[in-house]
Amino acid sequence: MATPADEMNRQDALEGVGCSRKRKEDPRFVQGKGNYVDDIKMSGMLFADMVRSPFAHARIKSINKEKALALPGVHAVLTADDLKPLNLHWMPTLAGDVQAVLADEKVHFQYQEVAVVIADDRYIAADAIDLVEVEYEPLPVLVDAHKAMDPDAPILREDLVGKMDGKHSKRVHNNHIFHWEAGDKDPTDRVFDEAEVTVEQQMYYHRVHPSPLETCGCVASFDKVNGHLTVYITSQAPHVVRTVVSLLSGIPESKIRIVSPDIGGGFGNKVGIYPGYVNAIVASIVLGRPVKWVEDRMEHLSTTAFARDYHMTGELAADKDGRIKALRVKVLADHGAFDACADPSKFPAGLFHICTGSYDVPVAHVQVDGVYTNKAPGGVAYRCSFRVTEAVYVIERTLDVLAQKLGIDKAEIRRRNFVKPEQFPYDTALGWQLDSGDYHTALDKVLKAVDYDGLRKEQAEKRAQGELMGIGLVTFTEIVGAGPSRTCDILGIGMFDSAEIRVHPTGSVMARMGTITQGQGHQTTYAQIIATELGIPSEQIQIEEGDTDTAPYGLGTYGSRSTPVGGAATAVAARKIRAKAQKIAAHLLEVSEDDLEWDVDRFKVKGVPGQEKTMKEVAWAAYNNVPEGMEPGLEAVDYYDPPNFTYPFGTYLCVVDIDKYTGQTHVRRFYALDDCGTRINPMIIDGQIHGGLNEGYAVAMGQELPYDEEGNALGNTFMDYFIPTFVETPKWETDYTVTPSPHHPLGAKGVAESPHVGSIPCFTAAVVDAFSHLGITHMDMPHNAYRVWKQIHQLGLDKRG
Amino acid sequence: MIPGEFEYHAASSVDDAIKLLSEHEDAKILAGGHSLLPMMKLRFAEPAHLIDINGLSELKGIELDGDTIRIGAMTTENELIASDILQQHCPLIVDVAKLIADPQVRNKGTIGGDVAHGDPGNDHPALMLVLDAQFVIKGPDGERVQEANGFFLGTYWTTLEEGELMTEIRLPAFKAGTGYGYNKLKRKTGDFATAASPVVLTLDGDTCSDIRIGLTNAGPMAFRAEAAEDLLRGQVITEALIEQAAEQVMAACEPAEDLRGDAEYKTHMAAEMVRRSIRDALARARS
Amino acid sequence: MAKQHISFKLNGQQVDVLAEPRELLVHTIREQLGQTGTHIGCDTSHCGVCTVDLNGDSVKACTILAVQANGGDVLTVEGMADAAGLHVIQQAFIDEHGLQCGFCTPGMLIRAYRFLQENPDPTDDEIRAGMSGNLCRCTGYQNIIKAVKSAAQKLQQA
Repeated sequence: MATPADEMNRQDALEGVGCSRKRKEDPRFVQGKGNYVDDIKMSGMLFADMVRSPFAHARIKSINKEKALALPGVHAVLTADDLKPLNLHWMPTLAGDVQAVLADEKVHFQYQEVAVVIADDRYIAADAIDLVEVEYEPLPVLVDAHKAMDPDAPILREDLVGKMDGKHSKRVHNNHIFHWEAGDKDPTDRVFDEAEVTVEQQMYYHRVHPSPLETCGCVASFDKVNGHLTVYITSQAPHVVRTVVSLLSGIPESKIRIVSPDIGGGFGNKVGIYPGYVNAIVASIVLGRPVKWVEDRMEHLSTTAFARDYHMTGELAADKDGRIKALRVKVLADHGAFDACADPSKFPAGLFHICTGSYDVPVAHVQVDGVYTNKAPGGVAYRCSFRVTEAVYVIERTLDVLAQKLGIDKAEIRRRNFVKPEQFPYDTALGWQLDSGDYHTALDKVLKAVDYDGLRKEQAEKRAQGELMGIGLVTFTEIVGAGPSRTCDILGIGMFDSAEIRVHPTGSVMARMGTITQGQGHQTTYAQIIATELGIPSEQIQIEEGDTDTAPYGLGTYGSRSTPVGGAATAVAARKIRAKAQKIAAHLLEVSEDDLEWDVDRFKVKGVPGQEKTMKEVAWAAYNNVPEGMEPGLEAVDYYDPPNFTYPFGTYLCVVDIDKYTGQTHVRRFYALDDCGTRINPMIIDGQIHGGLNEGYAVAMGQELPYDEEGNALGNTFMDYFIPTFVETPKWETDYTVTPSPHHPLGAKGVAESPHVGSIPCFTAAVVDAFSHLGITHMDMPHNAYRVWKQIHQLGLDKRG
Repeated sequence: MIPGEFEYHAASSVDDAIKLLSEHEDAKILAGGHSLLPMMKLRFAEPAHLIDINGLSELKGIELDGDTIRIGAMTTENELIASDILQQHCPLIVDVAKLIADPQVRNKGTIGGDVAHGDPGNDHPALMLVLDAQFVIKGPDGERVQEANGFFLGTYWTTLEEGELMTEIRLPAFKAGTGYGYNKLKRKTGDFATAASPVVLTLDGDTCSDIRIGLTNAGPMAFRAEAAEDLLRGQVITEALIEQAAEQVMAACEPAEDLRGDAEYKTHMAAEMVRRSIRDALARARS
Repeated sequence: MAKQHISFKLNGQQVDVLAEPRELLVHTIREQLGQTGTHIGCDTSHCGVCTVDLNGDSVKACTILAVQANGGDVLTVEGMADAAGLHVIQQAFIDEHGLQCGFCTPGMLIRAYRFLQENPDPTDDEIRAGMSGNLCRCTGYQNIIKAVKSAAQKLQQA
């Protein structure tokens, strides 16, 4: 007789949704048997290396390849002139702009690609790039985004002169890329004009870089005999790469195979298509041999997709009780020399208009203007969920400014403004529908866990003694899972995602998805989803991603979209299989389908104990004993077009103590409560949280990629670029609530970018809070010791008697 | 990422190394290699010849010779940390070594390399100045002993001539009751100092009989804050006096500006590191 | 410059290669000897993903010339497991979720191996300091510390 304990054992044996099971991908990684792009070796493989511009803005007067070509072992040196006949010297970007594959007559940013050298090995290639002689005529440099639209600003994009119809809007200046708005301008302005209280805060979300430990690279191999192109590539979106490469090269997609093997971290850095990839592909086609291109760290930090560079002004109108009446945000966006942002194509500012946050904001207006400067191209990357890092930063910071102005506690003002549980699904003033949330419970849980009142008391005591202690609180709402294809597309391809599942006769499973893991553990979590849906242990479920020859079309993994979209496709495909399995089980048990109920891993005849068929038994039968009229086999495909985004949320609290004589900030405590709906693997979720918090800590407390007046990129090595070690990294405390998404098949929302989105304003809030009793409302990042000390010194706090 | 080509020579003895240095123009010594090789990989340095002295056991070893500690120039940072002799007789050098770079780099970085490179950001030079170290230097004309005081001339510039090799560092063993401290402000593990200061002092009752204050990365080369030392020597060191000394330290600093900070910040931090090292040294001397 | 003959032990096996003097040990291991577990992550000797064990010391193979390994004893991640199975440290990383993308993992494992020989019973702070030459972007370090602690306990019991 089956008991609840039996059922529990069967459940446990599946290691499905909710189980903190160990990861299936780990055994190969711990044995050094991962397969990353630079590990790939092909017969006859050559190496590509790039000649790069030392100038930020210059005309190219001449390129002399002679000496480089004379070096033994050098096969080719290509410049824009060599790519022109193929019309490949420029390529389209994901944002509707174009980007030079090799600089065409001028260079627009320091380290821009000018020529590519192909040689027998990387040592010869390194020698050869030193031998390519390029003559430059420097031009005036533009690095200040605020000056980009001055009447006398240097003209950067000569290829765009006279073309004032931009992809997204009219361009009002040659350095203007787009103007974009959301919300209701006039009603918002009226509320501001009449409000009891208004606050305004300027803030700069500085330029940083995702910097995964593996840089970008590819091995391109064109087989002249059968006209087939294979590219192993560090890509978070292999199918998109295949489509783009087909459009650029004219080779049909059916003859292009893109493989994303193991990827050593992506964080949004590996979404775009970089000149290095295109150059390697062209070289392989021209030479008929495999060509490997792997960039080094300096090239990586200097040229691949940077993140942020948003100059924002946040304004709130409120009553004297701190209840928000309107939100107004203006942004100047510095996109560098080409708009290569990886946004869904209708959103030049990504999902920035989620900036009403977790709050009930009656009316709002947002406008963003993008400009070109002589810097590396990009802007959307680094765990940002398409500009949600910027959006959450502006609302959380501006709300703190409002709290300080009114003398209202920063937790209390949030509570007063939260969207209430009964208001969900909630339509925001800027056009989003928040699917579910319970912000009050999350906030209360965190405040209790850290003894918030006790911390504020301690802070008061420390302030009386002249010490700097800060408490940062952020209650964020994320928007992930791009997205419904009616609004979300990449180059016209809707942002659905896909799963294909096949159950073998002996009961094990093979499944492939259109997403691609870069460390998030898909080989484990997707298997867990299928395990729970099909009653087959996750240990017996093989997950594959990344090979466009076999995986169904997907838009890839970024913006935390795998669980919301890929996970949904997986669940739906699995349910199609279970529906078929139910018919087969009914056939085997000689009952009607409606007489059966599903119990963990088997179909049971209702009310007749002992009459059951396990999924394993059904799998065998699917290949030899199916009902009349049914085809054999047990597999399904689903292309899932999500009805909405998902909206994970969280409450983060940070306590800092600042050394007033050095400016160093010690993070005493960081408490992170996340709600990502249904939790598939709590161990993996915690790992993602730790990692996102650490990257947030790095951004807030030290990372920066400044440019000097001549457009020289500064801090582009690991000497300066702040990657915290074990020693600097704080301890993380994690907690959770579960508020499922009503529209997702599993109720799961996705989580991996929340810690990054939420922690950065939280660290900032804590540092500012340490000074707020002295009237400081905001301090720009990074909060390194130098910058914090400047604030301390300016206030005279480090004077000694 | 890839160094330029060079010819490689493994020296068989110190004399052989010196001979190779004189035979080959544009030659560099390969000691720990963790300053030189990174520069070569970025092609900031492209020597035609590399002379590897890693095989020379005569450049290794730490000995206590009466009151003098003798350290082979090829002693690594981790070997300094692990040394019983140093832990007992010159614990300051152990504290300094612990704050250099990271565990892997400390297995290769050598005290001789750190001293001879002439980088104002390196930690040992200021330490050598406050310890009144002596450097044994061998060249084509024989051996000489050079005082640390006067060895450092400027950025990447020392009195080490072409063709010379540092073979040994000599330090006086600490007398009982010596107070010492090392404070290094850095952005992260493995970074050079934003500012750092080694301090050594001795007390006679409550009075400071002698004090040495070194500054790292606060000028074109390591230096001693002599005006600050003069203020404190022979006095009972109070907080007020430390403040006055800090002013003197700031007046002597001329740090390079970079992403670690501007001159104002670095100057103030140099003073702050001095304050903390003096306090640490006093606490140790009194205990 | 002409290539030199270099001979050393790699994971217990004698290997012989011809290499230019400027060839970096990490390239010899990865390209000539096909052991791609050891990775490359930066150009300034900071990240530590290239860490190997050379003559009993953790070193960054990107900052060692192949010729410097001549006559030496090199251990990489591929040499950690044996016929009986994974090394205790490898298993601990799996058990404690001490890896995500896996790129820093070989360097972490090889460093943890030597670190636990140097300090068999470390505190969390000692683990942080002892592993500070290895960067990670994915894990936030917390679970790696748990893994090293767990491995330390198991190794002491053995």
